[in-house]
Amino acid sequence: MVRDHNQLRKLAIVPAYNEQGMVGRVVRDIHRHAPDFDVVVIDDGSLDNTTAEAEAGGAVVIRHPFNVGIGGAMQSGFKHALRNGYDVAAQVDGDGQHKPAHIHDLLAKLHTSGDEADMVCGSRFRGDPGYRVPIGRRIGNLIFSVVLSAITRRRITDPTSGFRITNRRGIELFARDYPHDYPEVEAILMLHAHRLRIHEVPVRMNARGYGRSSIDYPRSAYYMAKVLLALFIGLFRRRPTPIEEPPDTSEGEPVAPGAAISGAGHAPRGS
Amino acid sequence: MPDLSAVFSLAAGGQLDNRVRIVAVIVTAVLLGLVLELVRRRRLIERYALLWMVVALILLVLAIWNQLLAHVSNAVGIEVPANALFIAGLGLAFLLLLHFSVITTRLSEETKILAQEVARLDVEARAARAAAVNGERAPNDERSPGEPWRPSATDAAGLAPPPATGESGGESQPGRSPSTADQ
Repeated sequence: MVRDHNQLRKLAIVPAYNEQGMVGRVVRDIHRHAPDFDVVVIDDGSLDNTTAEAEAGGAVVIRHPFNVGIGGAMQSGFKHALRNGYDVAAQVDGDGQHKPAHIHDLLAKLHTSGDEADMVCGSRFRGDPGYRVPIGRRIGNLIFSVVLSAITRRRITDPTSGFRITNRRGIELFARDYPHDYPEVEAILMLHAHRLRIHEVPVRMNARGYGRSSIDYPRSAYYMAKVLLALFIGLFRRRPTPIEEPPDTSEGEPVAPGAAISGAGHAPRGS
Repeated sequence: MPDLSAVFSLAAGGQLDNRVRIVAVIVTAVLLGLVLELVRRRRLIERYALLWMVVALILLVLAIWNQLLAHVSNAVGIEVPANALFIAGLGLAFLLLLHFSVITTRLSEETKILAQEVARLDVEARAARAAAVNGERAPNDERSPGEPWRPSATDAAGLAPPPATGESGGESQPGRSPSTADQ
């Protein structure tokens, strides 16, 4: 599976909000464990020194002028990947939960030119999670897992995991449309609706390295309700993404040379 | 659904006219359907859909569960339970309006920040263009050192200079997209 992975342009997207204590280490860890990946940190309107720390670690930093949430942050990353002609984009959270040492495990399962997997997710529940996952998290995850597995007819054990890697098709899809908040579960449904394939590989994660989780109890209730509603409604959408605007010819958009070719090469399966 | 409300009225001793309750059930059902359809068409995001669904659910419960409504109206000193239902609806609508005012305030604040950012980028872009025309280096160092906003490195990462229109949008659309997969 090593194949032509070397020639691909690979990007690690690190969403970070007030992670000055951790983000520098995450960036350096990615550089150390996956030196073939460029790193872009999305500073989602942090009030601390996240940008400075990330730049000190050697990352490109995209700064939002205010906080737009994890979904908007990741979409900024995917747009950056699309604009700059990356073939592979990985998500590595800026709080240090994801271990960059696993990036190549994910990459190995991602077939970037074949038709096996368009996204590979790191799952905590296919082996040792690496830390004690709180019971509430486990239950919520289990519910999503059952629902999603039923919809996609694939075994998805860790739909809330943000540690994932996707190819050009996923980048193009997510640059166009990505859920607002708590996007991970819905993103899997979107991929499925577009007939893109999802794989899981077991990974270990850290308990959060620094700071609190953004999800406390009232929010986790909202999380469950929102995602279940979105999944339910997603079933009734014929086109999961908004209809494309007509191609804009007025602007000399610097589309990477590879974009048109790889797009054309990806004739959809089963059409 | 009428059957359901009849069942409840037996248990409660029927303080609210059954017809009122049937209407309440129908109205909430229509509201729920409308909200779901709006989400499906992407005219409404899930967050606000949930808000409206919770409100509809509260009204529905009050309309169906007579004892609760009687308790509530007793507690606030309203003689006719139907009035309590109206007050509850009015109160919830008021809360929603207040909530949306808060959201509008935040949105206008964010819009202002965006306008300021675009204006700042526009000044920098024009300065850079003018400098390029004059054959000088872009005056990047004109910014004061204390300025919090740094241009992202993508600005310098070999992108073609943006066209002179004031547009800031224009995210690149893929030449051909995965959405063709679903015919």
